[in-house]
Amino acid sequence: MAYSEKLLEHYENPRNVGALDKDAADVGTGLVGAPACGDVMKLQIKVNEQGVIQDAKFKTFGCGSAIASSSLATEWIKGKTLDEADQIKNSHIAQHLALPPVKIHCSILAEDAIKAAIADYRAKHPEKTEG
Amino acid sequence: MSTVTKTNGGGTQTGDNRPKLPIYLDYQATTPCDPRVVQTMLPWFTEKFGNPHSRNHSYGWEAEEAVEIARKQVASIVNADEREIVFTSGATESNNTALKGVARFYKDRKDHLVTVVTEHKCVLDSCRHLEQEGFKVTYLPVKKDGLVDLDQLKSAITDKTVMVSVMAANNEIGVIQPLAEIGKICRERKTFFHTDAAQGVGKIPLDVEAMNIDLMSISGHKLYGPKGIGALFVRRKPRVRLQALMTGGGQERGFRSGTLPTPLCVGLGEACAIAQREMGAEAERLKMLRDRFLAGINKRLPEVFLNGDLDKRLPGNLNLSFAYVEGEGLMMGIKDVAVSSGSACTSASLEPSYVLRALGVDVELAHTSLRIGFGRFTTEQDLDYAVEHIVSAVDRLRAMSPLWEMAQQGIDIKSIKWTGH
Repeated sequence: MAYSEKLLEHYENPRNVGALDKDAADVGTGLVGAPACGDVMKLQIKVNEQGVIQDAKFKTFGCGSAIASSSLATEWIKGKTLDEADQIKNSHIAQHLALPPVKIHCSILAEDAIKAAIADYRAKHPEKTEG
Repeated sequence: MSTVTKTNGGGTQTGDNRPKLPIYLDYQATTPCDPRVVQTMLPWFTEKFGNPHSRNHSYGWEAEEAVEIARKQVASIVNADEREIVFTSGATESNNTALKGVARFYKDRKDHLVTVVTEHKCVLDSCRHLEQEGFKVTYLPVKKDGLVDLDQLKSAITDKTVMVSVMAANNEIGVIQPLAEIGKICRERKTFFHTDAAQGVGKIPLDVEAMNIDLMSISGHKLYGPKGIGALFVRRKPRVRLQALMTGGGQERGFRSGTLPTPLCVGLGEACAIAQREMGAEAERLKMLRDRFLAGINKRLPEVFLNGDLDKRLPGNLNLSFAYVEGEGLMMGIKDVAVSSGSACTSASLEPSYVLRALGVDVELAHTSLRIGFGRFTTEQDLDYAVEHIVSAVDRLRAMSPLWEMAQQGIDIKSIKWTGH
């Protein structure tokens, strides 16, 4: 099996595993995928007054590629503004982890999870959406 | 010194008495060739290289004699006559020959076959091809325990049914079908009974007479023999006729042309002879190992589910769903243990195992399954190590599973609107 070292490293030592309080005002939660498809990602962000992601946590049910993709996603969005994080593309994740073609959907799910978390945070703060 | 005193089949100890890694627990995929089998084969590659079909010199005669001894050994383990054994390249060829060969031969009189949804892909695919040729095929469902319903089987057979094909033991869940009962039904209804016994021969007692089996597929590498060889039992009384798939020199009484691979035939024969002698004791030992493994897992992990019946099952097979942990992710976490998964993620289709789905296992749970297969060279230490490894990987992955988190919070995952993808 031709998984990249980066992928295996994220699988063995995933960053930012855990949970934030989903009811907190400064937390956005994205839950994407479906158990029936074999992948579920929960990605959470904690955003400060300046709109910068201070912390990110994930939990993932899925294969090694799904776990690595979500781990990498949390690592990348920390310290970014919401708008910057929104720009992360699945192709960047897939490229960085050298995902094989059958695993591209894992990176798509990670992008969806970021977007879903941002959308959830913005829904809690309609006053800031124009930014 | 012999060069074949060790196997790579798991259970082989390294010099300092630790198990060889990764521990091989995938005995339903293939088994290591028994060193005794390899020893018997070796001379037939080199000094005794004759063509068993050469009639004019001693090279041919000695090869022919070896092949005929092997044929007797294969016949003996299933209580057949040696004239009823056809050597093939493996169970896939045997299944293809049985299904297509018989159906095509009798196509003027009969045009219907009965099989089961949990059969091996090569049986199902042969049936699909026959459907394209105009045959009708009934695919019987299985019950929750993986067993076929005999009443459903009875009512599926018509006067046009040429053959019923039901496997002896399933390759994923190890469940053993009621062959004697099926054989009795088929004989009464005057339809042929074929069984794919690739997983069964050498593991459980099989008797073509007592079970009224008309055709049986046998695989070499599933019973500690070499890869690339198998056999097909074709009954002589009452006679089963079939159209050969491979034509040519008319070897194997016209059922399968091609020069017989003497070393492989000898290896299959020896593997059958060993299995016939040791099957009883081996089955006892494997059941003990299986119970020990299952107890070890169940003591330390909640929410682990066995797929398929436990009693009517190959002694060396377990198929377990580790709820809330995806199978391929789990396999990556237990890289010192070689197993296989019913999860979809290894395939491009995203569909989990069709066998588990046929049992009515939830898709969610099918994604979390591992097939654990052990055999002749598996030791207690191997399994104890595997239990440790699996338990710690499942614990780690459950701790990062959002589904496990929800389950702990009492949230029913079926109540959530999933997005899918």
